[in-house]
Amino acid sequence: MLKKRLIPCLDVKNGRVVKGINFVNLTDAGNPVEQAKIYNDAGADEICFLDIAASVENKETIIDVIKKTAAEIFIPLTVGGGIKSTDDIRKILLAGADKVSINTSGIYNPDLIKESSKKFGNQCIVVAIDVKKQEDGSWKVYSHGGTKKTNIDVLDWATKVESYGAGELLITSMDRDGTKIGFDNSLLKTISSKVNIPIIASGGAGKLEHFRDAIIKGGCSAVLAASVFHFGELKISDIKEYLVENNIPMRI
Amino acid sequence: MKKKVVIVDYGLGNIQSAINSVKKALSSENSNNNIVEKTSDYKFIKDASHIILPGQGAFESCIKGLQKLDGMIDELQNQVLIKKKPIFGICVGMQLFATKSFENGEHNGLNWIKGNIIKIQSKKNVLPHMGWNKLNNIKQHAILSGVENEHFYFVHSYYFMTQKEENILAYTDYDTNFPSIVNEKNIFGTQFHPEKSSKAGIKLLSNFLLLN
Repeated sequence: MLKKRLIPCLDVKNGRVVKGINFVNLTDAGNPVEQAKIYNDAGADEICFLDIAASVENKETIIDVIKKTAAEIFIPLTVGGGIKSTDDIRKILLAGADKVSINTSGIYNPDLIKESSKKFGNQCIVVAIDVKKQEDGSWKVYSHGGTKKTNIDVLDWATKVESYGAGELLITSMDRDGTKIGFDNSLLKTISSKVNIPIIASGGAGKLEHFRDAIIKGGCSAVLAASVFHFGELKISDIKEYLVENNIPMRI
Repeated sequence: MKKKVVIVDYGLGNIQSAINSVKKALSSENSNNNIVEKTSDYKFIKDASHIILPGQGAFESCIKGLQKLDGMIDELQNQVLIKKKPIFGICVGMQLFATKSFENGEHNGLNWIKGNIIKIQSKKNVLPHMGWNKLNNIKQHAILSGVENEHFYFVHSYYFMTQKEENILAYTDYDTNFPSIVNEKNIFGTQFHPEKSSKAGIKLLSNFLLLN
């Protein structure tokens, strides 16, 4: 039976791990290669790097981080942040990443999703969607690291990017990100019941039961979290054991 | 015996992971003489002890990528089918061993193991089949020593339905129970990615590299 996945995410800036609370207030939490090794040894099913300061001069920094990480750990590695072209994707994959996550560029240039999934395979292309609930109850997609609102409805966008060839969706609830009050399971369920590719839940992890709920209530294939791991509030092994006790198949 | 592991680079897929994992797999052997290299030049596979054929993406682009390498397929046939050198195909690399693939049309493979590449039929599960899964109905084989109960990392929507049951070393269940390890004499292939399957994957590669 296929297991559900637990994915620690490392937000990387200038080669160091940081994690934002509601996308601001960054706190240094260390060296990404070392952190990735720790997570790998602890039983992480995949690792995700998000390059949050992906300017031109910083791209070489993240490439170096990917190379060092891929030489030491042998589980899937996803890298996102500032990816604008198939050339960017090629460089990241050649450095040793297995998947890339595309966000803003995919919104303004959907051809990037189409071209890259054709070129590198759907399995390589994770489309990340930052979502915020509106006063009228709708869910809108945000770009540029959550700083720019678009008029795109999340469900429209999710079904579109699936048809463009995305292999997976990484759904971040901006309302929940950094709050530790749980994932937005109604958002996740709305999407997972409409698309036929794996959904990764993100934004809001704080307690053990949040992980269970994202899988059972949200219908997700994988759960991603950052801050609860960095500062040792929850251990990967504890979460996995808890999920197994709750009849969720996990790799232990 | 000194080993030379050659990873065939036909311009697709995450070849660096394959190189890193083979190096890691060899590091358990007490020898500093082993060599791991990638190549697009058929001449470099002549003196290989073991060959790895990685693969990622669509079948059609992979087989075309391989065909574009001048003389490579002929030399692979020579080394694998005549000289019987051990070869390990990963994911689409393994699928290339098949007679035909039905991914986005109909494409001929190398036809080293008879059978076709077909889509997973699943009503209740999402595709691709992505993540960690186990093996079942395992046949006894040295390559599987110590990993029979482990998880491996899969990411695919198509699988290899071999013509003969005897070419299947293990299955994996995803609604459909599909062949996840195939074998014909010196030819081995996994639908999963050993290079992404943590310790279990490294162990499997080590087992393969112990075969002569």
